[in-house]
Amino acid sequence: MKPRRQRMLTVGLIIVGVTLAVGLALQAFQENMLFFYSPTQVLAGEPPEGRKFRLGGLVEEGSVSRQPGELKISFIVADLENTLPVTYEGVLPDLFREGQGVVAHGYLQPDGSFSAEEVLAKHDENYMAPEVAELLAEQGHPVDGQPEKSVTN
Amino acid sequence: MIPELGQLCTVIALCLAGVQTIFPLVGAHRNQASWMAVARPAAAGHFVFLALGFGFLTYSFIINDFSVLIVASTSNSALPLLYRVAAVWGGHEGSLMLWVLLLAVWTIAVTVSSRSLPDELSSRIIGVMGFISVGLLLYILSVSNPFLRLFPIPMDGNDLNPLLQDPAMAIHPPMLYTGYVGFSVAFAYAIAAMLGGQVDRQWARWVRPWTTAAWMFLTVGIALGSWWAYYELGWGGWWFWDPVENASFMPWLIGTALIHSLAVTEKRDLFKGSTLLLAIGAFSLSLLGTFLVRSGVLVSVHAFASDPSRGVFILSLLVIFIGGALAIYAWRAPGLDRNAGFKMVSRESFLLVNNILLSIATGLILLGTLYPLVLDAMNMGKISVGKPYFDTVFIIPMLPLVLAAGFGMHAAWKSADAAQLVRRLRWPAGVALVSGIALTALAWGTGPVLTYVGVAAGIWLVLASLRDPVMWLLGKGPRLTASMIGMQLAHAGVGLFVVGITVTSTYSIETDQSVRLGETVQIADYAVTFNNLQQIEGANYTALRADIDISQDGEKIAHLNPEKRIYRVQTMPMTEAGIDATLGRDLFVALGEDLGDNAWSLRIQYKPMIRFIWLGCLVMALGGLIAIGDRRYRTAVQTEKIPVKSGTAARPA
Repeated sequence: MKPRRQRMLTVGLIIVGVTLAVGLALQAFQENMLFFYSPTQVLAGEPPEGRKFRLGGLVEEGSVSRQPGELKISFIVADLENTLPVTYEGVLPDLFREGQGVVAHGYLQPDGSFSAEEVLAKHDENYMAPEVAELLAEQGHPVDGQPEKSVTN
Repeated sequence: MIPELGQLCTVIALCLAGVQTIFPLVGAHRNQASWMAVARPAAAGHFVFLALGFGFLTYSFIINDFSVLIVASTSNSALPLLYRVAAVWGGHEGSLMLWVLLLAVWTIAVTVSSRSLPDELSSRIIGVMGFISVGLLLYILSVSNPFLRLFPIPMDGNDLNPLLQDPAMAIHPPMLYTGYVGFSVAFAYAIAAMLGGQVDRQWARWVRPWTTAAWMFLTVGIALGSWWAYYELGWGGWWFWDPVENASFMPWLIGTALIHSLAVTEKRDLFKGSTLLLAIGAFSLSLLGTFLVRSGVLVSVHAFASDPSRGVFILSLLVIFIGGALAIYAWRAPGLDRNAGFKMVSRESFLLVNNILLSIATGLILLGTLYPLVLDAMNMGKISVGKPYFDTVFIIPMLPLVLAAGFGMHAAWKSADAAQLVRRLRWPAGVALVSGIALTALAWGTGPVLTYVGVAAGIWLVLASLRDPVMWLLGKGPRLTASMIGMQLAHAGVGLFVVGITVTSTYSIETDQSVRLGETVQIADYAVTFNNLQQIEGANYTALRADIDISQDGEKIAHLNPEKRIYRVQTMPMTEAGIDATLGRDLFVALGEDLGDNAWSLRIQYKPMIRFIWLGCLVMALGGLIAIGDRRYRTAVQTEKIPVKSGTAARPA
């Protein structure tokens, strides 16, 4: 292949590849972008309907309840102004505790409760999800010493 | 006293790194032999003093000197010795010390083995590596000092995060960093060659083993991290597309592209621009990865921004290293490439496609990793892009890559005969297609089309890779060099990896169940019995240990003891999964929490072929190791005819 054609081919391949990649990436981005909302924002109707999102806040003290022997659990996620009931069925992370920060992925139900598919608490007892820590700080109640540091690898 | 000595040694190492930068670089520029001669002794001194500094720091951890801030924050007197040493790199400051120490080790390796190189080139390489060390050491000594004292002295330390108290996690950071830092050698070679204005086949031959070595360490490091996440985090996942993981995966992808680009530069004196750019890219992403993980920016963009000293320093370092390298590239690289042609169907074309696809995948992962951070920093909302995004944007470029790789390995340089290529590979292709579909359907039942495609593609790559080694062993094919065997083995590793991922992501069974003591639950073919639960005492933790039997067709096949541990110092609960591993499948049980009424939540998973994921990585790394051992890297300067004939002639890797 002549150098000129070779360059054309290279450039052509790159353009086609990058265009395809960007198109697919934008689409995948649109579909998989998860927004973060607090209970207050949820009650104000901010999350788009029928879309998965992340709910964050504190697990309200005394709100965790389950039937003995049942996997299904319900608890209340609160920011400092509002609360939202959450249901989940599955093994909870080690650091899930009342009074601690939590982030749940899931959908808003017609009855106004939040059905979680995934519940997250990070790898460190001092750790609070940054979204939750900032949310509380914005509402005027910073959590002591949070977030401290990441502990990963 | 000891930590002050460590700090003093580190300061001396910084001075020597300065000497190691200035004299060789200026000497090479002015062609003064006496100045260039400073390179090796300075590098040796730099290494010795860094090793001493790191040694003193480690000693503080071993003797539990809690007057040192980082010892108090990441270690504890009850911690076993191995983990007290591992705690050195358990935090930000210590891990950067490890980083520069490894940089010094690589530099020493370069000084020892670069004696046959022209003085000008070797001096520039050592000088550039010295410059990197200067930047990092300035950062360490000014804003990330590991030798700081703490007053009042605490009675005991805060302990190492229990998740990190694990053998795989103790060696994961050194492996990963050896890989990251190893790319600095290719980077230094690239800068040195651009400064000297000479990028040729001989240069590429010199860089190749270094790049492959760094890539090999990174491969093992990432695999260790993935394996650790699987058995230690208690979720049964092996890859989460977490920013921390992406940070190590991006340099790996670009490093892989670099290895392939270097092959073209060595054999055909082509792709010089992309080789240089990829060398800069691999190391830049390594730096970015180190800082993403270690700077705290991932935890909170705002906390990061509110303590700007580290952030500003890090960003300036990134700008100086990456921007400087790109500026040199813009200045020197044009005009390097010569105009040699190659046909549409040729090894070069396949490698070009390979590099483009790997770069696209890296770009999309970078987008998904950084975009949420940028958006958050600009207060435009908190979003996250999860696993589905990364899965999608990764599979799209990778599937054609795996399919093409099988052909690419067999295509001749310059011009390949497409018909002959198909003839050569019709058996591997046919067998892969049939066995991929049949095996999958018979072993695990029906699945989506993509699963059959994935398994067939993986088997295809394994067979296409092993065709030549098998022919050689049977005495029917030409003799293979170490670098060819290594290359083929590494590709076979990718094939195994693809089979593992495909099967495990389609056919895994994952369930969370409430199980009463004495109760048996059925998961697919497996009966899982929860016998009992007892309290046990570990060295620095207390645990509840479950006793679980798994039987299949009435026959007992596994006995598992998943634990729920509470570490005494950090009072942090941790799940230690029980895993029964065979080559074909893993059975995974993690103990959840007490549900009352004598019932516990159990996470029970069946993971077919998951071992192939890590096995594939090890085979890739082994391939790299064999390729490095090729004789031609050890002979000084060679002149070699490039075989360009298509067909059955020997095709060097």
